Amino acid sequence: MDPLILSRIQFGANISFHILFPAITIALGWVLLFFKLRYNATGDSAWMRAYFTWVKVFALSFAMGVVSGVTMSFQFGTNWPGYMETVGNIAGPLLAYEVLTAFFLEAAFLGIMLFGFRRVSNRVHTLATVLVAGGTTVSAFWIIALNSWMQTPAGFEMRDGKAHALDWWAVVFNPSMPYRLVHMLLASGLTVSFLIAGPSALRYLYGDRSESMWKALRTGVFTAAILIPVQIFAGDQHGLNTLEHQPQKIAAMEANWNTGPNVPLVLFALPDEQAKENRFEIAIPDGASLVLRHSASGVVPGLNDYPGNHPPVFPVFWGFRIMVGTGILMLIVSWSAAWFLKRRRSLPKPLALIMVPMAPSGWLATLAGWYTTEIGRQPWLVTGVLKTADAVGPVAGSHVALTLAVYLILYVLLLLAYLGVLLHLALKAAKDGDTSPLPGVMNAALSQPAAGE
Amino acid sequence: MTFDWPTALPLIFAGLMGLAILIYVVLDGFDLGIGILFAAAEDEEQDTMIAAIGPFWDANETWLVLAVGLLLVAFPMAHGTILTALYLPVFVLLVGLILRGVAFDFRAKVPAGRKHRWNRIFFLGSATASLAQGYMLGVYVLGLDVGPGGMAFGALVALCLSAAYAAMGSAWLIYKTEGDLQRKAVRWLRTTLVLTALGMVAVSLATPFASPRIFDKWFLWPEIFYLSPLPIVSALLFLWLWRQTFHLPKPNDQHAIRPFLTLAAIFALGFAGLAWSFYPFVVPDRLTIWQAASAPESLAVILAGTVVVLPIIIFYSFYAYRVFAGKATDLTYD
Repeated sequence: MDPLILSRIQFGANISFHILFPAITIALGWVLLFFKLRYNATGDSAWMRAYFTWVKVFALSFAMGVVSGVTMSFQFGTNWPGYMETVGNIAGPLLAYEVLTAFFLEAAFLGIMLFGFRRVSNRVHTLATVLVAGGTTVSAFWIIALNSWMQTPAGFEMRDGKAHALDWWAVVFNPSMPYRLVHMLLASGLTVSFLIAGPSALRYLYGDRSESMWKALRTGVFTAAILIPVQIFAGDQHGLNTLEHQPQKIAAMEANWNTGPNVPLVLFALPDEQAKENRFEIAIPDGASLVLRHSASGVVPGLNDYPGNHPPVFPVFWGFRIMVGTGILMLIVSWSAAWFLKRRRSLPKPLALIMVPMAPSGWLATLAGWYTTEIGRQPWLVTGVLKTADAVGPVAGSHVALTLAVYLILYVLLLLAYLGVLLHLALKAAKDGDTSPLPGVMNAALSQPAAGE
Repeated sequence: MTFDWPTALPLIFAGLMGLAILIYVVLDGFDLGIGILFAAAEDEEQDTMIAAIGPFWDANETWLVLAVGLLLVAFPMAHGTILTALYLPVFVLLVGLILRGVAFDFRAKVPAGRKHRWNRIFFLGSATASLAQGYMLGVYVLGLDVGPGGMAFGALVALCLSAAYAAMGSAWLIYKTEGDLQRKAVRWLRTTLVLTALGMVAVSLATPFASPRIFDKWFLWPEIFYLSPLPIVSALLFLWLWRQTFHLPKPNDQHAIRPFLTLAAIFALGFAGLAWSFYPFVVPDRLTIWQAASAPESLAVILAGTVVVLPIIIFYSFYAYRVFAGKATDLTYD
């Protein structure tokens, strides 16, 4: 078997599994801080109950993110030695700064955040929450800087086949970096909003009308309703940035085979790369030209300009549509739910029923978006610098096949266990409602008063 | 000798990487060891054992990320060579680390009936990860020899390193627990100490006899004189610790942390010996640290950050350990 394609599937599987959990922890850290600050300000113990319910999800997600992240740091070497050998001078410092400024910060203060409520003052516990949330965000900053540099490299020169940094500012803040970072942070916010709203809706359906359920539900729904239009705008800006710097990716996303004006916006099609045409196409005339160039006669790049140097069309085209479709669904659901919560102070059952399976919708959109941009970078690993095929290591295909099979089984089982725990926690919370024991009630020794009891 | 950065930087980074590996082995050593000891513990003891490491293990494992990260960023050539040669053992290590890392959290959050299953997974993951690390150490010591001889030696070191981790775990439990569990930990320490000593002797003998270059670094005059304190002090510490296991725990639980610190010192001495043997190679007898290093300007950028951040990391790591100082009590999220 071909080690290249197997290694690619393996890395794709690993990084897909990994991103699910940072997508949660980045924003969930800030949501927990919000719960904590509301509790500090109001003394309402329902906020602390919401905190303790969701901090468990945070702990579990964090552990899943750590172990799958460790796996990736090794896979750079085991499967892709050509990557660090060619661009190690750039990627190395960015990864090193991620470990130094983010990983240790998160890991050290996570213990205090999770288990230290009784052992440190309220102020220090809040500070620990800030540092953990900040750490996850700083981590996202560095890794997005590196990923964006691979998409739109800048600030370097090639000497003897190796990249050398010339201007670190240009390396970090490369052309696509700010757009990608904002897009990803918002994606994390939306993932968490729906992740909180879904199980809260489940609790609601089970008849739980406790204050902590309402607080979590409102937080999830209103955050989603606010973030989704911002995300649509940010995504559009990111798309225009891609049009400028990676036009071949846009051509594949739009399945546009020929450069020209009056390009339609394809809603549905089965792109056929052999025949260089779309089958079963449903399209809005001039749509793509209008979206991308704000004029019906605007010229949109086509795949014919990049023979042999453009990404595979089918997955990029569909990845993009799944992401956008999920986003539109998120907009409809979150705005309807927000309207009912605001005006009627209740939630219609059918809407709650839709929100439960929407809990992982952020995962779907995030994965689809990353597939679009990462497959859209092919055949390059680092655009214009290093081809994916040139970075793969000298490991036998049979070895990669074996490890890939075990990883896949492991990831599926872990994902099922993770979702099972989420469901278990939601059902338990629904049963306990506001009677779940609070710190200070359960045990005597406590530095923290749980006010409002 | 004039000081020049292109020579000094790879050396500094080799030192930093060594430091990160040593800290990792000591810190994750005790929590991996406690995972191994899970097999010998009762159900309620397991909860206390988890409580003794729960707030720390995440940060402990981060030192592995730093060590591999430094290998990756400072010595990219070596990173590729070593990790492709050890492809399958690395994979086994990762599966072990994944399983134990998530078992930590799952065992506390699943419905009560399933807890037992995750306890077993925690043990299996910890044992697998430790064995894989030992195996890799054995193969690396023989110069990445993956023939039958190398594999057999790797298997021996795998067993001994796991025992050494279990010894670290026992010593940590002596520090963090009391009563029956503490007395049990003392017995565990005594048993595992034997295999730990055997492993250190095996590695110390195998390294020079596998490579004439390393033999000359140790057994020529005057090196043999300057280096003799390393094995002698290690042996004395071993003996002292062995005798201690008959007198622990002390009245009023005095000096409960001493076994742990003694073991850490033994690890450090053994590690220093290995470092001396392999210097200046990062891939034994193939790549020196200078041949494998990244460009000096990139190393300088990383060093600037490291110099500022590493002391802060060490400071707040100490703080986190202090917050959870004293005997372990049940871990709750509040």
